[in-house]
Amino acid sequence: MIPDLTAPRKARKLSSAERTLGTGLRVVAVRKPGVPLVEVRLRVPFLSAKATHPARAAVLSDALLTGGGDLDRTGLAELLQELGADLSASVDADRLLLAGNALAPNLAALLRLMSLVLTEPTYKKAEVATERDRLVERITIARSRAGVIASEALGHRMWGNHPYAMDLPDVAAVAAATPAQLRKLHSDLVRPNAASLTIVGDISPAKVLDQVEAALGDWSGSAASGRIPALPAPVVAGPLLVVDRPGSVQSSLRMGTPAVRRDDARFPALQLANLIFGGYFSSRWTENIREDKGYTYGPHSRIDHHFLGSSLMFDVEIATEVTAPAVLETRYELGKIASLPVTEAEVDSVRQYAIGTLALSTATQAGLASTLSALAATGLGLDWIAEHPARLSAIGVDDVSAAAAEFLAPARLTQVIVGDAATITAPLAALGPVTSDA
Amino acid sequence: MARAATLPTLSFPLTHHTLANGLRVVVAPDRSAPVVGIAVLYDVGIRSEPEGRTGFAHLFEHLMFQGSANLEKLEHFRYVQSSGGTFNGSTHFDYTNYFEALPSNALERGLYLEADRMLSPRITAENLANQLDVVKNEIRVNVMNRPYGGFPWIYLPAVLFDTFANSHNGYGGFEDLESATEADATDFFNRYYAPSNAVLTVAGDVDADDTIAMIEKHFGAIKKRRAPKRPSFAEPPLTAERRDTHHDSHAPIPAVAIGYRVSDPVGRLDDLLASLLLAELLSDGDASRLQRRLVQRDGLVTDVSAYIGEFGDPFDERDPTVFTISAHYAHAGALDAILRAVDEEIARIVENGLEPGELDRVRTRLVSVLFKGMDAVISRALDFAKFELIFGRAELVEELPARLAAVTPDAIQAAAARLRPDSRAVLELIAGGAA
Repeated sequence: MIPDLTAPRKARKLSSAERTLGTGLRVVAVRKPGVPLVEVRLRVPFLSAKATHPARAAVLSDALLTGGGDLDRTGLAELLQELGADLSASVDADRLLLAGNALAPNLAALLRLMSLVLTEPTYKKAEVATERDRLVERITIARSRAGVIASEALGHRMWGNHPYAMDLPDVAAVAAATPAQLRKLHSDLVRPNAASLTIVGDISPAKVLDQVEAALGDWSGSAASGRIPALPAPVVAGPLLVVDRPGSVQSSLRMGTPAVRRDDARFPALQLANLIFGGYFSSRWTENIREDKGYTYGPHSRIDHHFLGSSLMFDVEIATEVTAPAVLETRYELGKIASLPVTEAEVDSVRQYAIGTLALSTATQAGLASTLSALAATGLGLDWIAEHPARLSAIGVDDVSAAAAEFLAPARLTQVIVGDAATITAPLAALGPVTSDA
Repeated sequence: MARAATLPTLSFPLTHHTLANGLRVVVAPDRSAPVVGIAVLYDVGIRSEPEGRTGFAHLFEHLMFQGSANLEKLEHFRYVQSSGGTFNGSTHFDYTNYFEALPSNALERGLYLEADRMLSPRITAENLANQLDVVKNEIRVNVMNRPYGGFPWIYLPAVLFDTFANSHNGYGGFEDLESATEADATDFFNRYYAPSNAVLTVAGDVDADDTIAMIEKHFGAIKKRRAPKRPSFAEPPLTAERRDTHHDSHAPIPAVAIGYRVSDPVGRLDDLLASLLLAELLSDGDASRLQRRLVQRDGLVTDVSAYIGEFGDPFDERDPTVFTISAHYAHAGALDAILRAVDEEIARIVENGLEPGELDRVRTRLVSVLFKGMDAVISRALDFAKFELIFGRAELVEELPARLAAVTPDAIQAAAARLRPDSRAVLELIAGGAA
């Protein structure tokens, strides 16, 4: 009755070209016609153990596009618009990312504007002041969200004082960042020697490499080598931390545990185990606490990839009055998948889902560019995308069950919940140890 | 610096077909990647909800995923995902959509799943009770427990519009949602979910003739029902300013939304496009007028955006739609200064016109944004369906760059002149959260 799937059509092989410039900048260009646009991602390593780094990095990122060479903020923005382009900067503990797009014929001009910003940044006093004030307000707004409060609490519990614990910089440190400090940071870290540039769109790859060489060949130098802080040893779970947010009509549960990177042999099995547990809508977690019990709009689990190591993360918002029962069902599902084998049907379903959604997410220019740029951070590329379906196909029920037993065991998860403590603490304490001490 | 090249164009061959039961079909093949997008749009949205049933269109959207004629609960999700695909649905002011993105070898399966729920969704007391809980949790997470939740789309219409259809809370009050019954759902389905009240589009790695044959096979047997007559929701422009406040207990700093009624976007598309270019010129990017004035020069606001459509999509609504300017700001006393600055910037356009090159660069950027929105097959399927349903012509999607190219500076000035202080509704968000 339900129509069968027909024979799958293979994706066309994409033409691409790669080059490492004399400056060390690694460039990959992929031809992906479709719409007449081009997507650009420049990823610059930005990991630092300095206590002053997160705040300065955040202001640098927000002020980076306020000028370049002789262009002021308006002049730069006008030229970008003329190219049909958008360019934005963002930063996290691992990298500074310049991401953008333009009408495809305007790529060379976009690259020249990027070069100006990289080689002749301005960080004018007034612009830095404007961006500092805005950032302080944005951080204040972010910290009024239950999910952000919960993520920060979980980060600190998992990673202590490591930069990976820091979701948002300290407001006072942001307010204290000066143009001179930004110029110094730019000079220290905004360097091409370990950076990667990914370009995807309606372009000719070989020609694009020459355009990059011409536009960005002058961007040079090596990043100041700082001590790369190793991740702390994996945390032991400990009691559930309850963070009070009075009046919350929902509780935000966040859990996490160290996982493995994409280049680890255990990754494909872990990917499938995570999908079965809570990584897609047809997961056990969703079918239980949403579709059966209605405790939540939706739980999600996912693997977050960072340079120093990946994490398996869980998040769900549950109605205040059913917080304890939802936590109970969550722990039941975790315990079940960690101690009983998964089924063949479950593995077949998530394997197809993983293969299909990889194809869907890399079928757009922006999706392929972002995926390739993220892969480039750990030295992976188009081959990884092409070969991943075969890796997933080789995974069996036993592999997935083993990965679930290793990574999804409830005893290894660090857990935090943010909500109306006066209402939720006692029922949660009935299920196991809780603490209010961060 | 190089000058921008002339604007490229984009076109997909479209095949139209109408089934005997009235279902309108658009197929847009593109064989470049082995993926397809399937979208079904029903011509019913928030504005058609009966009084006392706020939020019902959205609650009903959830029920469409709870099993159907030949599918048990959970099977719809499982069939889509185990085929390698993704799904979703969303409720808008004038329509409701359902869609799947799939590997192309799952095309017929996807069509079957859509046909089965167009035939008959499983409306049961148990499913209704379960999805009522889910929807209440959706509203808690997106509105009640979140700073700025639902601002301004839930609250601005109540100030800007007068009729129940246009002004009520589209997510729904809990009391109304809780009073919804199975009979309400069955009636809603019978009335609004007729094949003749829907558009189906398929985009991507398909053959048009094969696809239409599959659609005839799976949707052809659904009985023809009369489509409901669509009432006019039009309201004339305001003649006096309206103001109101909204208290947000989680928000740390205030915000404002300034709304203007936009009349007949479908019948006066060129006016709509001029207003759209005006919105971009006011707030898109660091060179835009409100960013320069309010953020960079005066430091009055932390961010500002101007957009059309209650969810930010200018092509999403029939008559009326809304032109909104919204901003977050640090100092609670700054509202009057913000309004004055906005009025001055709008007046400057009305009186002095545009700067050289300003319209061209804004237009170039907008066309680029439209192209980007067409890259994913599922976005394309949704766009073609929306333009077929709302504007009566899917082809309009591809004609937009040319239509935008024809918009003159005079038309932008006229669009600015429509944003009069006495024709606006101002909703101030009072921040109740400790900073």
